[in-house]
Amino acid sequence: MTTTPGRDAPPGEPRRIAYLYLLPGLLLTSLFVLLPLIHTGWLSLFQWDGASVGQWVGLANYEKIFAAARLRELFLHSAVLIVFYSVIPVGLGLFITALMTRRPVRGMTAYRTVLFVPQSVSLVVIAVAWQWMYAPNGIVNAVLGTRRAWLGDFGWALPAIGLIGSWLLTGLCLVLFVAGIQKIDPELYAAARIDGASPVDEFRYVTLPGLRAEISVAVTLTVVAGLRSFDLVYVLTKGGPGTSTSVPGLEIFERAFSRGQVGSASSLAVVLTVLIFAITALIGRLSKEPA
Amino acid sequence: MRNGTASRVGTHALLLLSGVLAVLPFVSIGLISLYPPDQAPTGLALPHTINFGNYARAWNVANFSTLLRSSGIVALVVVPLAGLICILTGYAFGTMRFRCMKPLFVLFLVGLLMPFEATIIPLYYDLRAIGLSNTYPGLILPEAALFVSFGTFWMRAQFLSTSRALVEAARLDGANSWTTLWRILVPGAMPAITTMTVLFFIWSWNEFLLALVLASDPSVQTAPAGLAFFFGEHVTDVPGLAAAAFIVTTPALIVYVLLQRSFIQGVTSGGVKG
Repeated sequence: MTTTPGRDAPPGEPRRIAYLYLLPGLLLTSLFVLLPLIHTGWLSLFQWDGASVGQWVGLANYEKIFAAARLRELFLHSAVLIVFYSVIPVGLGLFITALMTRRPVRGMTAYRTVLFVPQSVSLVVIAVAWQWMYAPNGIVNAVLGTRRAWLGDFGWALPAIGLIGSWLLTGLCLVLFVAGIQKIDPELYAAARIDGASPVDEFRYVTLPGLRAEISVAVTLTVVAGLRSFDLVYVLTKGGPGTSTSVPGLEIFERAFSRGQVGSASSLAVVLTVLIFAITALIGRLSKEPA
Repeated sequence: MRNGTASRVGTHALLLLSGVLAVLPFVSIGLISLYPPDQAPTGLALPHTINFGNYARAWNVANFSTLLRSSGIVALVVVPLAGLICILTGYAFGTMRFRCMKPLFVLFLVGLLMPFEATIIPLYYDLRAIGLSNTYPGLILPEAALFVSFGTFWMRAQFLSTSRALVEAARLDGANSWTTLWRILVPGAMPAITTMTVLFFIWSWNEFLLALVLASDPSVQTAPAGLAFFFGEHVTDVPGLAAAAFIVTTPALIVYVLLQRSFIQGVTSGGVKG
């Protein structure tokens, strides 16, 4: 033994054989993740229709994202979707968790199985199901006593898609939080009660800090889902009516593969990716700070 | 004041309501998929006679035998391929020390949260240029590559948590690194490997954007992409669409029901790719 590994260090001497174990993974990652990623960045500096020779335009594609209202609108729609995909599910999940008893619930496994079903189903299938929910003779209209074509309405289409996200992700948050709350030391609640804490105080000073790790996972997953949101929009509205449900993912797809604006699509892809990385890093940092 | 019984009843009521809402859209299209041709779809009304004709029609019109076969081929290659690679990379990162470990690990992490949108454009044009568009490898390799980042992360955590003494003892007994991995570490890591496998299968089965762009030809098209196409063409045939949706879901749903504990554990620890 030449060195003593620290507590977190993996065991063993330095081993060159490690590179051999990494080789297949590194090859696959380089060829199909890292190189294409760099290539996307490169393409974003060109004006290219996908067939002829591209023309170098520098950062012009990026300038347009910030200048053109048509492109800024994409990220505005993303922000609206994040409210539906993240704020509502996390808030509702916490609210329902707070109303529930903290003791292990009999039959929780069965509830969990049912609540988690939507996570295993293709978003295309979910789109088909909700297309019917929102149909003029569908369930939403039956419950509300209306006959609105929700997904064809300029004002309602985006919130309607957002609500599918709320529906999809509230179950995920609930399962996360219910599992998390059972790991909080019951002594903390007992101590809070002795101190005369109200249920609201208990929630604020015991439950919320105790669920910090779960909330961080939930916020990351749901915000990223809101930023992506390609599948539902592609199947249900193709960005319409007008551009009322256009989102970055769909615009990238259309510009790159049907409108011959590959460079501009690439710049959008870069911005979307940077945004996702930045937000994830931010959430990771915030969740580590003491409450 | 907290009353034990009332609070328990309230909890069950909340969970029951949430559960009903979670499956309501599926129950609704499940009912409609069984409607006879002469019944107009409405709300949650039961079909007046059970009719499987919609399934037969959807199966033939959308050519589901080809779609399901393609999805099956892709998933059955992606899952073992990506799984095996992740066991190897996780083993290296979790139990060995070597130069450039940190930067190499970061390279693998890039794909962890990266959306497919970030690489789909060059993938499409480059794979087309080398003749791999609309082929199984052209879909399988990029899919496996993106799963490998999560799997590497996942298996590394698993191997880091296994007893270091175990690995050292195996080595002192003269076992080489390959034997140590497969005889000592992998048997103990089976729950983590199962979770990874289930996640990979369901992600692969449901993957949409990649399949839509890289495998648009009917001969290699996967089930979700085929369903989206069928949806565009037959948007008014609600019973047919409902049946088609169920056909697409069934394999993933069976895996979910059988291995739900592993799947839930994987997703709730941060594993989402869609």
